[in-house]
Amino acid sequence: MSHVRHLYVHLPFCAHRCGYCDFVTVVGRHAQHGAYVDALLAELALEGDVLADPLETVFLGGGTPTFTHPEELARLLEALPDAEELTVEANPETVTPELARLLRDGRVSRVSLGAQSFRPHLLEVLERRAQPDDVRRAVYLLRDAGLDNISLDLLYGIPGQSAADLASDLADALTLEPEHLSCYELEAKAGTRFTHAHGDELERQAEAMEGYFEAVVDTLAGAGYRWYETANFCVEPDRAGGRDLRARHNLAYWRGRDYLGVGIGAVSTVSGLRSRNLPGIGAYLSTLSAGEPPRREVEFLDAQTQACERLMLGLRLDEPLCVADVAKSLDPGALARLAAGGLVELSSNGSGDHLRLTRRGRFLGGAVTAELVELASVPA
Amino acid sequence: MELDRIRNFAIIAHIDHGKSTFADRILELTGAVSEREMREQLLDTMDLERERGITIKAQAVRVRWRDHFLNLIDTPGHVDFSYEVSRSLQACEGALLLVDASQGIEAQTLANAYLALDNDLEIVPVANKIDLPQADPDAAAAELAQLVGEPPERVLRISAKTGTGVDEVLDAIVERIPPPSGDPDAPARALVFDSSYDQYRGVVAFVRVVDGRFETREPLRAMVQGTSFEAEELGVMSPVREPVSALGAGEVGYVVTGLKDVSRLRVGDTLTSRRRPAVEPLPGYKDVKPMVFAGIFPTDSDEYPELRDALERLKLNDGSLSYEPETSQALGFGFRCGFLGLLHMEIVRERLEREFDLDLLITAPTVAYRATKRSGDVIEVHNPAEMPVEVDLVEEPYVKASVIVPKDYVGPVMELANERRGSFDHLEYLSEERVLLSYALPLGEIVYDFYDQLKSRTRGYASFDYDLAGFQPGDLTRVDILVGGEQVDALSLIVHRNAAYDRGRQLVERLRKEIPRQMFDVPVQAAIGSRVIARETIKARRKDVLAKCYGGDISRKRKLLEKQKKGKKRMKQVGGVEVPQEAFLAVLNLESVRKR
Repeated sequence: MSHVRHLYVHLPFCAHRCGYCDFVTVVGRHAQHGAYVDALLAELALEGDVLADPLETVFLGGGTPTFTHPEELARLLEALPDAEELTVEANPETVTPELARLLRDGRVSRVSLGAQSFRPHLLEVLERRAQPDDVRRAVYLLRDAGLDNISLDLLYGIPGQSAADLASDLADALTLEPEHLSCYELEAKAGTRFTHAHGDELERQAEAMEGYFEAVVDTLAGAGYRWYETANFCVEPDRAGGRDLRARHNLAYWRGRDYLGVGIGAVSTVSGLRSRNLPGIGAYLSTLSAGEPPRREVEFLDAQTQACERLMLGLRLDEPLCVADVAKSLDPGALARLAAGGLVELSSNGSGDHLRLTRRGRFLGGAVTAELVELASVPA
Repeated sequence: MELDRIRNFAIIAHIDHGKSTFADRILELTGAVSEREMREQLLDTMDLERERGITIKAQAVRVRWRDHFLNLIDTPGHVDFSYEVSRSLQACEGALLLVDASQGIEAQTLANAYLALDNDLEIVPVANKIDLPQADPDAAAAELAQLVGEPPERVLRISAKTGTGVDEVLDAIVERIPPPSGDPDAPARALVFDSSYDQYRGVVAFVRVVDGRFETREPLRAMVQGTSFEAEELGVMSPVREPVSALGAGEVGYVVTGLKDVSRLRVGDTLTSRRRPAVEPLPGYKDVKPMVFAGIFPTDSDEYPELRDALERLKLNDGSLSYEPETSQALGFGFRCGFLGLLHMEIVRERLEREFDLDLLITAPTVAYRATKRSGDVIEVHNPAEMPVEVDLVEEPYVKASVIVPKDYVGPVMELANERRGSFDHLEYLSEERVLLSYALPLGEIVYDFYDQLKSRTRGYASFDYDLAGFQPGDLTRVDILVGGEQVDALSLIVHRNAAYDRGRQLVERLRKEIPRQMFDVPVQAAIGSRVIARETIKARRKDVLAKCYGGDISRKRKLLEKQKKGKKRMKQVGGVEVPQEAFLAVLNLESVRKR
């Protein structure tokens, strides 16, 4: 039973909700921080018997975990089980010398810093509170505290972002020598405040921005980073003293491992059962304070669906995916076609046939996946 | 019934010149229908006819007027049905020529008036809509008088809308139109001038008895087609079906045949009694052949059975519609349908969409070509994709086209006719203002956008009509459209060599805009045989990824993927390229004639 090696902990609190954000967040509510941490620990106590000991990874995501009241954050970190990798997401403006020490003392081994951009005009468009110098200061403070695995989040495709802006953002990020970088194209989701304000601008820029993804990959690869997942890059082991700097927690998602999630809106996938805690904080707090598990939506994943997800997630990685693992959801005709078209690469080793996307295939990963996947439920 | 108490007449009129309103007034005035029963345009039974304000299927109505029986035989008002018109006219001794006094004679009226004159019908000219402020009854009367060769005073002036002068028209029918002649004692012969299908009683034939007498339950035979059946019921329309025990020479009525298929009893055939059969059928029967063809496909391939059933049912009532299954690799399963002309095609399309609630994709209309292969074999080609590449000779159908326009527009009409490979025949002044132009034109040019062009270049003033006039050789070629190197069968076309480049380029440009970018560069080409005459490239997408995917949103991303996959299933695959249905629709709309 105790086999789950990955734990996600959701800390929803934020100082401000950014226009483009679609995560489960709660603005302010300082008074609730303590009760929320109590609830998290209560949920962990209720669900924790599926967890292996020791854990491989723990990930504190948000929200802005580092916006949580320091005492409460410290209390949470102390109560968490041991893990080989413990990542915390942080916003640059929340990083102080005290916070950096708090994280270190709380056994945090990795910090993911939401930099997004180093251009003030773009940070303003994104409604980010940090200034470029806050990002730099945050990195130095974390390093000073002894944290040696820092990831920076960058966004591209921001309304008004020129190719030169992107190049400068990448150069500024590289100057800080982060161990890891996550670079996301901004998704302007229909109906959001952000899309309402900037949709037309993005439409106009669409053609110019088509090459930004390639520019990101080329620049970072040129700087010695491994493009190990669609949007993620890490320093190559030979330049990192042999360390594998891939985000192990996220790697577990992409490899289809089971994980437990606690907190509002958190998702768990355990033995083919996916459950999602409801996002309301009030109900979450009251249910757990009464000793009950939180309300959840549950989804059963059959073998075909699991194979489909394995394919969708596995193709994001630069490592080969075992064909046998995804065969239930793989269209062999499409595989042959795409291989012939130079988008998919097939290989064989002792453990059977493997596939992965070629460089061009990775840029078109979404379309390639849609082509490769075979869904039982789709009528012909 | 005594022959001299019968008058059989038709009404010849252009669309919107008031024929149906006029017919309604006659029914009212003769007491055939009370005002309460009066639906506007009673004679047009189908919704579509009511809506388009035109008559598609002819019917016959018997009314009484001062001791006489008048049989009004309604005629279809369009060139596509000119054969049916000619049969209806053959059933009559006279015709009312009804012209809108604010518009004057139109090309179609003229064509049908000539048809009536050819059939030796007595023509009663009538200027309608004299109540309209813009009406010019004197000018209309002058045109009419010139056409029928009578003094202008003989032209009746009426308003069917208000009823003014309608009783004088009825009197004129009795006075001027001769009673039917025929031999009541000869073996029975009746002309079938229309038929319809009744769900419960089978084919109902509308007939004009020429000689002899038909009785209920009599065994009958259609002389040309050889179909035998029994007269289950005889009757007259007054205006609803009213059974009678017999129909004699000169009378107009209906015969319930019990036949299950209208194609077994064609318009123009002659009915006779099997007890005492006539020797010779009545003259003039023609096997009408469809001249315009198009592929009809369901937008949703699951609707193929519904489309098949709908065509079967339409065919019951429309003997001139033909269809056979067609498979297009781009559009799936459908039917290649043959029509008498463009209006006929429009009507069938609208009925399929409206009465059967089908969503259709219709390929550009094409005509029947005759190709002589190298082997000497002659084949008829109804689908451009079937035109052999190696041919000795291609012949195409020609028409004799008449265009009537105000004289100021003669130039633009000539220009259009020249662009469309027309050869000038003659020009004639109908009045000081209006000119009749006559051209020989390939039918293939007419099905492509001709009518729209004519209307736009003459600001709507032109009226247009045509008659089929045989086949002529043409310097024609098949242009294929290739997407990703693969031919899109549904988009092949046959055009004159001089127009091939322009038409090919237009199609290719349009397709480039309509087909979404793919994972690979996709060439879109127009080609004659193996020679490419136009080419565009749809550039490959450079990126298509989900920006991020972590533990919390795997389900949502998977559902997105499933949705995307379902969207792909709806696309048509051509040469490894996903082409959305809309792209075909846009291109086919470019090609097909827009609605009139």
